[in-house]
Amino acid sequence: MSHISAQEAEEGVGTDIPDRPKKSVRRQMLQEFWYYFSENKGAVLGLVVFVLIVATAIAAPLIAPYSPIATNSQAQLVPPVWADGGSWNYLLGTDAIGRDMLSRLLFGAQYSLFIGVVVVFVAVTVGISVGLIAGYYGGWIDTVIMRVMDVILAFPSLLLALVLVAVLGPGLTNAMIAIALVLQPHFVRLTRASVMAEKRREYVTAAKVVGAGPFRLMVVTILPNCLGPLIVQATLSFSNAILDAAALGFLGMGAQPPTPEWGTMLAEAREFILRAWWVVTFPGLAILVTVLAINLVGDGLRDALDPKMKRS
Amino acid sequence: MNAIVTAKDVSQVYEVRRGMFAKPLGLKAVKDASFSVEEGETLAIVGESGCGKSTLARMLTMIETPSDGSLTIDGITITGDDPGDVRKLRSTVQIVFQNPYGALNPRQKVGSILEEPLKINTKLSSAERRQKAEQALAEVGLRPEHYGRYPHMFSGGQRQRIAIARAIILEPKILVLDEPVSALDVSIQAQILNLLADLQDRLGLTYIFISHDLSVVKHVADRVMVMYLGRPVEIAPVEALYANPLHPYTRALLSATPATDPKSKGQRIRLTGELPSPISPPPGCSFNPRCPFANERCRAERPELTQHGPTRVACFAVEEGRIEMAAA
Repeated sequence: MSHISAQEAEEGVGTDIPDRPKKSVRRQMLQEFWYYFSENKGAVLGLVVFVLIVATAIAAPLIAPYSPIATNSQAQLVPPVWADGGSWNYLLGTDAIGRDMLSRLLFGAQYSLFIGVVVVFVAVTVGISVGLIAGYYGGWIDTVIMRVMDVILAFPSLLLALVLVAVLGPGLTNAMIAIALVLQPHFVRLTRASVMAEKRREYVTAAKVVGAGPFRLMVVTILPNCLGPLIVQATLSFSNAILDAAALGFLGMGAQPPTPEWGTMLAEAREFILRAWWVVTFPGLAILVTVLAINLVGDGLRDALDPKMKRS
Repeated sequence: MNAIVTAKDVSQVYEVRRGMFAKPLGLKAVKDASFSVEEGETLAIVGESGCGKSTLARMLTMIETPSDGSLTIDGITITGDDPGDVRKLRSTVQIVFQNPYGALNPRQKVGSILEEPLKINTKLSSAERRQKAEQALAEVGLRPEHYGRYPHMFSGGQRQRIAIARAIILEPKILVLDEPVSALDVSIQAQILNLLADLQDRLGLTYIFISHDLSVVKHVADRVMVMYLGRPVEIAPVEALYANPLHPYTRALLSATPATDPKSKGQRIRLTGELPSPISPPPGCSFNPRCPFANERCRAERPELTQHGPTRVACFAVEEGRIEMAAA
C-alpha cells in the first residue's frame, strides 16, 4: 500500500477534540438526565413525596410517639384529633385495641419499602439472569424459558401469588417470594428483547473475535447496554410489589398481625368501616400516596431515559 | 514469499427455515473458494452485496467455522474442534469492521475497549496493559489522554482509529479489513488508508481488504479476488486486473466505476437481470443468466479457476477465446 499524497493533512488528527471541562462524564450524564427528568413536574413531585416517605420510614423509631404494637385499653377507637372526641394524645386516632394509628403508619412505611426493595431485587436478579440466557443463546433454550414465562404471565398475578403463598404458608417472607416470582417474567421479557437486539451489533462480534467468553459477553459487553428500560420497569415493579403485598396482607396471606403492615392493618379494620372510618382510611391513603409517587417517578424515568423523547 | 493463509474449497452453508415442518434450505453463502494470501501482501476481495465477502471475513476471523473445505492460517488448520488452535490464532488474525459507530461498545471507555483483548488473552498487569493501550493509541495517531473518554466523544474517523488500535494491540500478523473506509467521508478515508499503509510497513502486516469500492481497491491492493455468488471468479495482480480484466463480470464491474476524467469515454457494460438466489444458484456457471457471452456449455458445466497469464479466471468464454472473437 502506498500513500495518497493529496490528503496528507495528518497533523490535525486527534487534536481537534476540545478538552472537556474537568467535569466527569458521569456527572455530565447525570446533569443531562436531571434536565429531562425535571421537565416532568409530576415526576419531581413524586420524587419529593417518595423521598419524604423514605425519610419517615428511616426515622420512624425517632418520630413515632408510641410503639406500633403497644395497646391502650383506655383509648379504643379514639377518633383523629380534628374529629369530635379526638385527643391530642393520638393525632390520627387509635384502632380497636387502642394502638396509635400514626405510629403504626410510620412503622408500616418501613415494611412497605422493605418489601419493595427485596421483591424488586429478587425479581430483577432472577429476571435479568434468565433473560440474558434466553436472549443470548436463543434456540430451544429460549423457547423453553419463554413458554414457562408465558405460563406464569397467563395467570392473574395476584391469584398466582395467592396460590404460592397458600402452598408455602402465609407470612411476609413467603409473600415476598411469591410476588417476586410473579413480577420476574416482565424482566425476563424485557432483558431478552434488548439482548437479542444488542447481540447482533458489531461491538459484540468484535469482543467475540478478541476471545471474550459467553459469560463476559453477556455480563460485561451486552448487559450495560440494556439497562435503560430495566430501570424503568424496576421502578414500576416497586410500586406493584407494595400493592400486591398489601393485597396479600389484606387477604390474610401476607404479614401477620400484629405487624403494622398497611394491608394487614386494612384487613384488621374491616369490621369497623362503618363505625370508625379512620382505621381504614389512613392505611389506604398511605398505600395510595406511596404507589402514586413511585409510579410518577417511574413515568418520569421512562421519559428521561427514552432516547426518542430527547430533543437535541 | 510464503502463503500465510490457504483456503481450499472453503464453503459456508446457512440453513434457512421455512416453517416448522418444511425441510430447511441451504443458503450457500460461500462455495468452494480456493485462494491463498502471501505474507505481507494486501489481498482485496471485491464483489457486489451478497456475494460472500463478509462471510469469508467471518470465517477468516473464526467467528464461524467453514461448513466444508479447509482453511489454514499461519500453519494451523482450523477445524473448529480444538479451542487451543482458536486461542492461538486469535492473536494472529484480527478484524476491523465497516461501521465505526457500531463497532465500539458505547458503555466502555476507550481504555477498557483497548485493554479487553489483553485482559482476555495475556497475563499482563494492569499497569502494563495501560502502557500498551496508550502505545497503541499513539500508533494510530491518537493521544494518550483519549484513554479515559467514551466512544461517543469521537468522530467517525477517530473511532475507526480506535477500532484499528484494538485490532493491532494483540500484535496480529493478519488484519481482515471489512470495508474499513466505506462508512467514512472521502477526506477521512484517505487518512485511514494512509494510516493502514503506515502500519503495514511498520508492523509487517498482511491485509485482507474487503471492499466494493474499486477505486480504493486499485490504490491499496497487491492482488484482487473478484467474487460472484459465493465463488471467486477471477484472481489477479492489481495492475493486470485493471489493465486487462478477463472475466465478463469483472469487465462489467470495472466499467461501472465512475471515472474522474469526464472526457474518458468508457463504454459502460450494462448487466441485465438480478443476482440469482444463493439458495438455488443456476446450473453451470453461476454468472450465465447475466453473461452476454454465455453458451450451452456455460449453462451445463461449471468452470474452474485456470491460469491465464498472471490471472486465474473461471470462465469458459475466456478459456475458449470466445470473448476476444466477440470483441474483434
